[in-house]
Amino acid sequence: MYEFSYHKPASVADAVKLLSADPEARPISGGMTLLPALKLRLSKPTALVDLSGIAELRGIRRDGGTIVVGALAKHYEVATNADIKAAIPALAWMASTIGDTQVRNRGTMGGSVANNDPSADYPAALLALGATIQTDRRKLSADEFFTGMFSTALDTGELVTAIHIPVPEKAGYAKMKNPASRYSMAGVFVARGPAGVRVAVNGAGANGAFRAPQMEAALQANWSPDAVAGVKMDPAMMNGDIHGSAEYRAHLVTVMAKRAVQNAG
Amino acid sequence: MPQVSLTVNGTRHTVEVEARTLLVELLREKLRLTGTHVGCDTSQCGACVIHMGGDSVKACTILAVQCEGASITTIEGLAKPDGTLHPMQEAFREYHALQCGFCTPGMVMSAIDLVNKHPNGLTEQEIREGLEGNLCRCTGYHNIVKAIAAAADVMQGRRSELARAAE
Repeated sequence: MYEFSYHKPASVADAVKLLSADPEARPISGGMTLLPALKLRLSKPTALVDLSGIAELRGIRRDGGTIVVGALAKHYEVATNADIKAAIPALAWMASTIGDTQVRNRGTMGGSVANNDPSADYPAALLALGATIQTDRRKLSADEFFTGMFSTALDTGELVTAIHIPVPEKAGYAKMKNPASRYSMAGVFVARGPAGVRVAVNGAGANGAFRAPQMEAALQANWSPDAVAGVKMDPAMMNGDIHGSAEYRAHLVTVMAKRAVQNAG
Repeated sequence: MPQVSLTVNGTRHTVEVEARTLLVELLREKLRLTGTHVGCDTSQCGACVIHMGGDSVKACTILAVQCEGASITTIEGLAKPDGTLHPMQEAFREYHALQCGFCTPGMVMSAIDLVNKHPNGLTEQEIREGLEGNLCRCTGYHNIVKAIAAAADVMQGRRSELARAAE
């Protein structure tokens, strides 16, 4: 690891001040993506701003028809939280499949969302559920927030503080894990609720998580696994690499969409 | 240099570290607790798993400075002062759940967290999935899974002592 300095602010305002003063500083919460990257010297921040001491970023609560997840909520908390299990069981189950136990004990929803790794699980869920991402200065819809592989609408020094998720009528998730790395090769989250029928895909896209409008139209007309079984995805939109060709991933998306609808019931 | 104060196996330590020092480096190099192993550089192998506030975490993927005020348990902190092994350690011995032993400290620490988080017992599949973050290159996992099931019975009071492994 390269050298860096370390700060542990106690408020969002102080964290934003530190990050805004130094564009080469990076925020860290669980660090489950950032620390492995630092160990491999893939990243060279001047400073790490540790968000873990900021109480206002913690907690998960239900607020009427919305689940509000603090940015520091760990995957293990999302997987086991009673409100999420009751209101959006597909999201709790998704969280229980992220990484391994040790990653789930440290990694946070805010960190995963802000990093927008193309193989991360949450971006597809937030797109499909029509979530709103709250930052220290504004609110962004998931559609506005995720702008491509490892890319978001966040400005320098801007922090995700909470994620607001409307409770759906139905939601389901299915993914094909890479047999060695366990990262998503193709994952599909389907939801029917206040935001309409929405379908989003992780792991497979050439430019990160994306929505699948043809599948949304098919499910809007007929909410059943058969409705998406006939929807073919365009391989030109998919990522092809040593783990699977773009054609294979396009095929997987259709299969996972079918399973996700089955899981949603 | 930054200072970090933390409790390791019940003993309070205050140690000077660089910001980039990993917890596993603090444990092994500063505190000489070399039971926590490093088997990879990529956060994949799980040989370095310890407990932080009761949760299993990879000590190679957390900075020492992030552990200010934390309570850490390592493999050295499991046995009683008189040398009596923790039921999980005893089960690994009885069930021959190790060959070279390199992954064992991490396996044992992950297994104890797994059992603690499933107070009503574990299925074989839950044990196997619970070990996703730990790699073993010799045993083929079967005896590890058997050992964890047997230790869970003792830890959760379903048996008063460890079931003997079949010869």
